[in-house]
Amino acid sequence: MERKNQNPIVNWIVKSKILGILFFVIIGATAVFKLGTALLDNPSLFLQQVVNGLQLGFVYALIALGYTMIYGIIQLINFAHGDVFMVGAFASFYSISRYNVHLWFQNLFPSVPAMLAQAIGAVTVVLVSMVVCALLAFTIERIAYKPLRTAPRISALITAIGISFFLEYFGALGFVFTPNYITYERPFEVTSWYIGPEGFGSIQAGVATPPHSLIFSNIFLIIVLASVFLLLVLQYIVKRTKIGKAMRAVAYDKPTARLMGINSDAVISITFALGAALAGAAGVLYAIAYPQVFFSMGIIPGMKAFVAAVVGGIGSIPGAFIGALIMGQAETLSAAYISTPMRDAIAFSLLIVVLLIRPKGIMGETSSEKV
Amino acid sequence: MKKNVLLSIVVLLALALAACAPAAAEGPAAAEGDTIKVANLSPLTGPVPTFGESTKNGFMMAVEEWNANGGILGKQIEPIVEDSQCTADPAVNAANKVIDQDGVHYIVGEVCSSASIPVSEVAQEKGVLMISPTSTNADVTLNLDGTTKDMVFRACFIDPFQGLVMAKFASDQGYTKAFVMSDQGNDYVRGLAEVFSEKFVEYGGEIVGSENYTGTDTDFSAILTKVADSGAEVLYLPDYYNVINLVAAQAKQLGITAVMMGADGWDSSDLDIAAADGGYYSNHYSPDDTRDVVVDWVSKYTEKYGATPDALATLAYDATNLLFAAIEKAGVDDAAAVATAMESLSYDAVSGTVTFDEQHNPIKSAVVLQVKDGAIQFVASVAP
Repeated sequence: MERKNQNPIVNWIVKSKILGILFFVIIGATAVFKLGTALLDNPSLFLQQVVNGLQLGFVYALIALGYTMIYGIIQLINFAHGDVFMVGAFASFYSISRYNVHLWFQNLFPSVPAMLAQAIGAVTVVLVSMVVCALLAFTIERIAYKPLRTAPRISALITAIGISFFLEYFGALGFVFTPNYITYERPFEVTSWYIGPEGFGSIQAGVATPPHSLIFSNIFLIIVLASVFLLLVLQYIVKRTKIGKAMRAVAYDKPTARLMGINSDAVISITFALGAALAGAAGVLYAIAYPQVFFSMGIIPGMKAFVAAVVGGIGSIPGAFIGALIMGQAETLSAAYISTPMRDAIAFSLLIVVLLIRPKGIMGETSSEKV
Repeated sequence: MKKNVLLSIVVLLALALAACAPAAAEGPAAAEGDTIKVANLSPLTGPVPTFGESTKNGFMMAVEEWNANGGILGKQIEPIVEDSQCTADPAVNAANKVIDQDGVHYIVGEVCSSASIPVSEVAQEKGVLMISPTSTNADVTLNLDGTTKDMVFRACFIDPFQGLVMAKFASDQGYTKAFVMSDQGNDYVRGLAEVFSEKFVEYGGEIVGSENYTGTDTDFSAILTKVADSGAEVLYLPDYYNVINLVAAQAKQLGITAVMMGADGWDSSDLDIAAADGGYYSNHYSPDDTRDVVVDWVSKYTEKYGATPDALATLAYDATNLLFAAIEKAGVDDAAAVATAMESLSYDAVSGTVTFDEQHNPIKSAVVLQVKDGAIQFVASVAP
């Protein structure tokens, strides 16, 4: 039985949701004030933290793209995505330190300039990981998800969690990846540059960099370029190609798409492979940025990328990208200006706040078109 | 290896026989007059048998040396080695056996804190002196109410002590500004970081910043940017090697010039030597130390056992020597008198000159090692 409140003021407060709005306004104002004073206080430090956040955000973006694609097509939150990411990192670890894949091109064509050969070598490593992950995801999809296509959605979700644990703990076995933390060997040397009032130059070991300058490394550039490139490729595939059209059709209405002669199983498999390839690329880039690989490395980044995808509006590719960049900034700036141990708490609170204001996410559309 | 096993079996058998002999003769009073019995509890089986093997070697080496020099107080030392398995129950059983059946007054052991704590309670209750070579947990020498167990000592420093040593080393090197990073969820790291921060200020330095992180963090760029901005000369990071590897790689990328310093958590073959180049860390002991007592010990041990002594063998050797020196100082074969003598003992051990504080933890030097040119190099032995 509902109890009516007679007090008109209380009624108005409840009806207009003023308290909720006030809460967000206060939090938002505090955050803006805090960041604003930090910016005015030391602009170069603030910009440096933004650059740090961008690097993190772009890596999350690559993982988030895979989440959002798969959700867009079959409304499955693929919890194994973070572990595919881990396999991608390990694939590149083995291809570099055991098979020297990054040197193949250099050995085949020794006359090519070293810089170019190194770049091509790194790209080869990324491609190998992408292929490995695509094949893995294809297999997972065929074994674990396809038989459940008509089952309730929750069954597929639980299966995804099962696959996730399987990949982690199978990887932790002594004869697979071992449970150890393994130092990752980068396929190229790291160089850092500074840019600021003192001009532009490269950073030498043991030499202090001039104050108030912005520091960035070739890793940062590679991550940004690779993420943007892969985003554009993905957008092209989804919007401009025949397979992309088929994907959108399957996302829109699977039975009708099938009646129109689209092989929906094949389309779903390709979507999985494509998403996993992105996770593989992200795995390589992540391992290059944070040079350590271990069996459970995919859990936290996977979780954060998932949050990013939801914040951006799950199912939307540009949304996942924007969500990931917001996550990266939220995490770095809260670590820098609020509290390092609370960085994850703050980043995940962001999810709640965004979902309260926009339940569909930033770019989430109310229409039924996905991808 | 096989030979070693055979040898140890023979030694054990001989020991068992020797231990039985006086009891069989039914003359405990007479037997007590001839020898001083000392027991060693080592985990010869169980999860860490290599620790046990090293500990036993160090113990036996000390006993043989003292016996060759005429024993203590004119009496020969009678060693009794028992397997305590690094586990509470077998360790307590072994302790009861050596105390009740063999009538020892002195125990060197156990290695693992989890076994040493229950053994220390037995020793305390039965008035037997115990010295653990390597158990670092504070509760080994402390009662639950925080008072010291008067019969229990240890030969290794407890973890936070390394923070003090590094603070002294850093200020001796002329560094005045330090930044401290610590994992708030890890007692080992937090303890070291707190002691370092406190002592570095006492030695005249300044802590220009401190940051906490969590064990699952991989991105340290926000913290490291602050390190660069703070103008710190030293970055104290007493975590394990897996975190060091990540932080060192990112520090390099951000052009950080502060020298990284840490503790024995760095001591691993998996430490990324290229990334951590130039960093310092503290440890219990280094075989490359140039002090006479270390050189002598390393050569003797290598000759006898065909391997460089590790920290466990060294600390067991030190613990046994400390015990014998204390017995000699006390002048009587009486556990309580020896414990009193031990409290005011100063002894030049392999791992440094040892004296004991009120909590029966040794005050001694630690070694500082540097990661340099692809290797770990001995830098200095630092006394507090």
